[in-house]
Amino acid sequence: MSALYDVPGPRAKIRNRTLNVVVLLLVAGAVAWVIYRLNATGQFESRRWVQFQYTAIQNQLLDGLLATLKAAGLAAVLALVFGSVFAAARISDHKWVRTPATFVVELFRAVPLLILMFFFYYGSLQFQLGLTPFWAVVLGLTLYNGSVLAEIFRAGIAAVPKGQREASYALGLRKNQVVRLVLLPQAISAMLPAIVSQLVVLLKDTALGFIITYPELLYVGKQMGGRLNYGFPYIPTYIVIAIIYIGLCSLLSVLARYLEGRSRRRRKVTGAPPTSAAESATSAEAPL
Amino acid sequence: MFSVLTDNWDLFGQGFWTTIKLFLISGVLSLVIGTLLGTFRVSPVPALRGVGTGYVNVLRNTPLTLVFAFLVFGAPKMSIELPSFFWSAVVALTIYTSAFICEVVRSGINTVPPGQTEAGRAVGMSFVQVLTVIVLPQAFRVVVPPLMSVLIALLKNTTIAAGFSVAEAGAIPAAMSERGENQLLTLTWIAIGFLILIVPLMFLQRWAERRTAVA
Repeated sequence: MSALYDVPGPRAKIRNRTLNVVVLLLVAGAVAWVIYRLNATGQFESRRWVQFQYTAIQNQLLDGLLATLKAAGLAAVLALVFGSVFAAARISDHKWVRTPATFVVELFRAVPLLILMFFFYYGSLQFQLGLTPFWAVVLGLTLYNGSVLAEIFRAGIAAVPKGQREASYALGLRKNQVVRLVLLPQAISAMLPAIVSQLVVLLKDTALGFIITYPELLYVGKQMGGRLNYGFPYIPTYIVIAIIYIGLCSLLSVLARYLEGRSRRRRKVTGAPPTSAAESATSAEAPL
Repeated sequence: MFSVLTDNWDLFGQGFWTTIKLFLISGVLSLVIGTLLGTFRVSPVPALRGVGTGYVNVLRNTPLTLVFAFLVFGAPKMSIELPSFFWSAVVALTIYTSAFICEVVRSGINTVPPGQTEAGRAVGMSFVQVLTVIVLPQAFRVVVPPLMSVLIALLKNTTIAAGFSVAEAGAIPAAMSERGENQLLTLTWIAIGFLILIVPLMFLQRWAERRTAVA
């Protein structure tokens, strides 16, 4: 029950129910239209779907999926490392450490991810560095998501109540100890949902590898959809691929929501004030 | 270094102009559709809430590149023809960005103190009146910074159109390699172009963040 409207009275009840039926009919109409359109253009014909029964084709899909997961997994690890290093540099007391770190983080957040990937892809061709598209994807994802993660880490540490820091300094701890023993453990539980959401973004962004010919899931899909023998089954292929992507990302999103619920419950128990900065980082972070 | 830019003003100018057009058109469209979806998600009609939730859950978990691929390669197979690749890109960016704007608007609506809406209801306002007169104006103030993050992401996302035959800024490298120009210098200028577009937005966002933090 929302505070936005009252418990419906008899008239509101009828109105809501009518609206409900109207909306349901509209949705059903839209779905029916899509199905009609798919059917009219022969998307349900068996020859467009038959290729998914072949083991060779299934293996191809699986290879694409593995390529996606491989790039996402490696990039996730590297981005977490990059993020921790640069977050630490950004909260440093030394200006000569802080300023360049801030510059790097802001730079990689502002340049489009695809352009970053292009840099590695074309740079490797020009200087013959021998970087495969795989590395262009991984390094691009690492720089962009690492910078975003650095911001999340920094916001999470900044959001720990000030008294915690003051109390630790009063006890005579050094900065390193304050951050490591007092701030980080509290910040991490608040940051976890934001971190996982960012990893969902990272997983989705591997699909950009499609544009620089990294044979990930979407690239495989383009090839499968373009086969004349099966009547150019683009639609069936994209449906299959969308289901895989949505399934994978939903699993991670569910994990993020679970972690969020857990940290909220824990906060209630310990009575610590909500970490608003970390939360705004969750909602505010740029979804590429 | 500068000759790469000055010899090819036409390409850079046209590319970035297309980027800006993509950004403005899909930005306005997604703001409208996203806000509408956001109000769906708090409405008293369960079916509307379902539509909003379903939309957001599906689109937020789909790569934008896949949305593009579906519209550019898939839609023609369903005999759905958009006027040009440019408009396919606008539709793809709008469909995708609306889901994120919807979430931002919804979280903004949740920040408005319940007393405000209760007062509105107490003087006899309807749901639509409460929403448009009391809640949304206050919610929009809170959501300006996160909304700007979404729009900055949209601006960067326009580069994906390059992979789908739209001649915006991200497509400049391909055209430049045909002219035999240095790829890395080309990319550097594109990156600088995006910095020029995005850095002011980032400052604006930070300024808005500070303002709303005080209020």
